Amino acid sequence: MNWKRAFLFTAGLGAPAIALLSYGMTRNPRDIPSPLPGREAPVFTRPVFAPGADSVLRLPVGDSVRLAAHRGQIVVVNFWASWCLACRDEHLDLSQTATAFAPKGVRFYGLLYNDKENNGLRWISDMGGQAYPALSDPGARTAIDYGLYGVPETFVVDQRGRVAHKFIGPVGRVQLSKLLDSLLIANGDSTRVGPPDVSTDAAVTRAVTPPAAGVAKP
Amino acid sequence: MTRILGLASIWIALAMSVYGIVCAVIGLTKKRPAFVIGGMQSVYVNFALLTISTAAMVYALVTHDFSVGYVAQVGSRSTPVFYTVISLWGALEGSILFWGWVLAMYSAVVVWTNRKREGDLVPWAAVALMTVCLFFCILLVGPANPWGLVSPTPADGPGPNPLLQNHILMAVHPPLLYLGYVGMTVPFAFAVGALLSGEIHTDDWIRLTRRWTLSAWAFLSLAIIAGMWWSYEVLGWGGYWAWDPVENASFMPWLTATAYLHSVMVQERRGMLKLWNVNLIVSTFLLTILGTFLTRSGIISSVHAFTTGTIGYYFLGFITLCIIVSLVLVAGNSEKLRSDGQLDSAASRETVFLINNLFLTAFTFVVVLGTLFPLVAEAFKGVKVTVGAPFFNKMTIPICVALLFFMGVGPALPWKAASREQLRTAFILPGGVAVFIVVLALALGMRDGYGIAAFAFAGFALVCNLREYAIGTRARMRAHGEAPPVALVRLIGGNRRRYGGFLAHMGIITIAAGITASSSFRFEREATLKPGQTMAVKGDLSVRLKTLWGKDEPQRQVVGADVEILRGGTVVGALDPRMNFYRSQDQPVPTPAVRSRPTGDVYINLMAFTPDGQSATLRVILEPFVPWIWFGGLVVAMGAVLSAWPTARRSTRRVAYAAPQRAASSVPGTAFPGGAMSMTQATSLPPSAPSNQA
Repeated sequence: MNWKRAFLFTAGLGAPAIALLSYGMTRNPRDIPSPLPGREAPVFTRPVFAPGADSVLRLPVGDSVRLAAHRGQIVVVNFWASWCLACRDEHLDLSQTATAFAPKGVRFYGLLYNDKENNGLRWISDMGGQAYPALSDPGARTAIDYGLYGVPETFVVDQRGRVAHKFIGPVGRVQLSKLLDSLLIANGDSTRVGPPDVSTDAAVTRAVTPPAAGVAKP
Repeated sequence: MTRILGLASIWIALAMSVYGIVCAVIGLTKKRPAFVIGGMQSVYVNFALLTISTAAMVYALVTHDFSVGYVAQVGSRSTPVFYTVISLWGALEGSILFWGWVLAMYSAVVVWTNRKREGDLVPWAAVALMTVCLFFCILLVGPANPWGLVSPTPADGPGPNPLLQNHILMAVHPPLLYLGYVGMTVPFAFAVGALLSGEIHTDDWIRLTRRWTLSAWAFLSLAIIAGMWWSYEVLGWGGYWAWDPVENASFMPWLTATAYLHSVMVQERRGMLKLWNVNLIVSTFLLTILGTFLTRSGIISSVHAFTTGTIGYYFLGFITLCIIVSLVLVAGNSEKLRSDGQLDSAASRETVFLINNLFLTAFTFVVVLGTLFPLVAEAFKGVKVTVGAPFFNKMTIPICVALLFFMGVGPALPWKAASREQLRTAFILPGGVAVFIVVLALALGMRDGYGIAAFAFAGFALVCNLREYAIGTRARMRAHGEAPPVALVRLIGGNRRRYGGFLAHMGIITIAAGITASSSFRFEREATLKPGQTMAVKGDLSVRLKTLWGKDEPQRQVVGADVEILRGGTVVGALDPRMNFYRSQDQPVPTPAVRSRPTGDVYINLMAFTPDGQSATLRVILEPFVPWIWFGGLVVAMGAVLSAWPTARRSTRRVAYAAPQRAASSVPGTAFPGGAMSMTQATSLPPSAPSNQA
């Protein structure tokens, strides 16, 4: 038995291999990194194609939503599609959370990703409605800005317009509520109850003409 | 009750393993034979105990005893009995239990078959096996305990993962995989035994190891092919290999075991590559554990990955122990593993074995690198990357093509050195076939260089291997006046190891041809059809959607499409691709329908449908020559069985010693240059072993 050689080989070959595997135990391969959390959320201006059922959140079809004008409010931006099965899982949770937090000034928008508006509308009615408005994202511009890997992904934008958190995959009601509560408390908004401030109006540009009438007649 | 019995068995097996290891090690170091024997006998007890625990688990599954943690996790009253039984290996805990049982069985067989053998090799090997068994017992009482108590007892469970109860191959692929994977522990144990007992310089342990490696290898080969087939038949993407970490985990030890099966012959014949062979055996085992670690710990993202928990840390500890023990033992004893011989000529079979080993090692390295790359990249660059199929394909296709070529060259070359004359006669026909295939492929419009090379070398290697059979058969026919079938059977019977090897080659060649053809000429088309509508696929082939139907089963709802396949307007076949909606899962599980013919498959997948049954979207994939892959896998296994099946010992000896002289006298070498050549290759020459077989 040549102990010196045994030691050299074990230290030289074995140790690095073991170190690499041990390092692996500290990582989670399912975490997809995003530079966004903590940074300024990419702003967008997108038209509403489904109004939303909640009386506070509802917006007329054709209105334009501007994220930049939502400063001071928490905005939850959910990317979804009618062909996305995991989106079905989170749909009810998102809708209920949206209704629950609407009085506290939290805004929810669903951005349709890579899908036709008609499919999206049918999906919403199949799923039994949706509390918050759905926006279309032609050319997936916003999805690209947000570095989307797939649907569903949900971004929570805080009162200062920064991405506070990114959810990959279906969002649960409990985790989302906890996050929103903590954001509200951190910014001293927890006491504010009731209809949101005026910024909502600034964030939404009213459609000049109702789309049905405006398009059909030359 | 079942729960207590199952759990107690594992705890006792754990204690028996500790007892066995301590007893045997004391006996071996203090020279107390009684201790050694006593310690070794605990492998039988372990086998009995783990059999009880496994049987109890099957019983608990079948009787829907939901107080048992594992049953509550994978069982369901609506699952058919068959799938209930095989859900034994459907999730982490059950698969570890099954693993432990297979290992205990192998350990018992190893000790039993070698019970009369003198020396410390087998006792040390038994210690190694018991240590591995101890590790699995620890897992079974710790992080992978299938016998946890669920209270209050649920009325029903979710049932197994839908993907695992969708196809009969789920009953075949996992057990084969475990038989192969766990089987690689035995050669490792023998290597450890040989190193610890000091018998490593003798070649005896190599002989003990070879057959075990071969049978484990055969199981692993079948398991990989069955896994490919399952993925093809179930997942609906029309492919069979995706370089997923779990696939790689089964493939890496296969590669090193394949290398070993070849290089071990060089050691047996020429006394060379001793250190190399030990390394291959140890690497094969370490790769099985590494593969398990990667897929069970969740450190690499994979579609197959099991749920993660603390089990990763246990595996990390075990793999650390295995790496250290292996490296210390091999590096510490490397001086005893010097070669006795050396290469005589570049044109010799041992040279080709060496080249084959280099390519197989490079292949293993590429797969290990590709699999671990996400980890390496994150450790050193802090970035998340994965390497996918393009990397693996780019790196491994050239290696595969080269291996195909050498698979033909090797069998045609004699040991030590080949003469120019031998080379010429051996390669004229196969070379001609290769050239013909290249011309044919170019004429048919194929332009992919590697594809053409793969076909050409497959043809070349096939002819080379077939030629060995032909030469031997012809020599026998001339020498003994036997009819061709008789001569062929006796030829193979006389040296099954050799001809089994060639048969395995032909299986691999068939697989290679099937893979090349199906990936080069794949064609797919997708369309949405109303019932009664026809879609043209390719040439005169079209498919017609007849009806769309739905059916309720206890565990799932099935939506299926009845599709007719038409050739030139006449119906030649019918298929019913389905989509299954399991109650336990939101995501539907597709069941593609495949119409297999030797020339290729028509593969139809139901992609989508409207709930009113008014239209369905079908994807039709034409996959030429895919069945060759499955058939080739069977041929490989047949070859391995032919090689590994134990012979009645007396008759082999007689063949081995008596044959060559008689052969030399009865077959004039000049008349059969090829026959003369194969004579130099094999000591137990087949054409001349008539008396024993008759």
